[in-house]
Amino acid sequence: MQLALFLIFGGLAVAGALNLLLQRHPINSALSLVVVMMSLAVLYWSLGAEFLAASQVIVYSGAIMVFFVFVIMLLNAGEEERTTGSRAAYLVGFPGAAAIFCLLSFVFLSERKALGYTNIGGYLNHITSNISEISTILFTKLLLPFEVTSILILVAILGAVVLARKEQ
Amino acid sequence: MLPQVPIAAYLILAAVLFSVGVAAFLIKRNLITIFMSIELMLNAVNLTFVAFAHMWHQVSGQIFVFFVMVVAAAEAAVGLAIIIAIFRTRETLNVDQIDLMKS
Repeated sequence: MQLALFLIFGGLAVAGALNLLLQRHPINSALSLVVVMMSLAVLYWSLGAEFLAASQVIVYSGAIMVFFVFVIMLLNAGEEERTTGSRAAYLVGFPGAAAIFCLLSFVFLSERKALGYTNIGGYLNHITSNISEISTILFTKLLLPFEVTSILILVAILGAVVLARKEQ
Repeated sequence: MLPQVPIAAYLILAAVLFSVGVAAFLIKRNLITIFMSIELMLNAVNLTFVAFAHMWHQVSGQIFVFFVMVVAAAEAAVGLAIIIAIFRTRETLNVDQIDLMKS
């Protein structure tokens, strides 16, 4: 079950990410990024993070990606064109990304034994659920950071309004 | 016994997503697509946080992912507003043509 979920949705996530890289038009990239985020939500659920799976769907795929699609449709800028800058970026981009991938996967594979195996759903401890555990810590120990995030969101909204306002 | 998935497999999936995000960040010429590849990298890092939280049976990793989501939402709002402002003044989204600070 876990293996099937991992193979299906992991494959879907990689395919969506590659599609983001290969598509020329930003709206196609945005829609394939939605696929990546939805399949990551399923993977979070299979790792026992139900709260994060729900908030991934609501916050990322629901709010942020709708925002992206909205801006793409508003600006209507069309496809990106190939320029001399992109040729230099090809020379740096693919080897750089491959080097990062090789380094990370070497570290993870060499520590494979110590990392262990997953079991579906997972558990924190057998008494409390995932969501009550998160909310307990969030509303006791981390109450101040949690409240500061609301100020951060407020400042971001005000900043977005000021930046996007038409000049008089 | 069901076949089990090693945690390293999840971490390598996150590494694949992260490096595809890096490649898209460097190769893409469209400002919005570059911004979306940053979101892809944030998501890849979130997956490693959840995988390690699963490994240690601790909830701290999941709480950190929550804060990353909040910051990503704020960053998307401000970043897209900046993109709209750039498009108003320059009439383009190609990063090669946004070279006001190049001497």
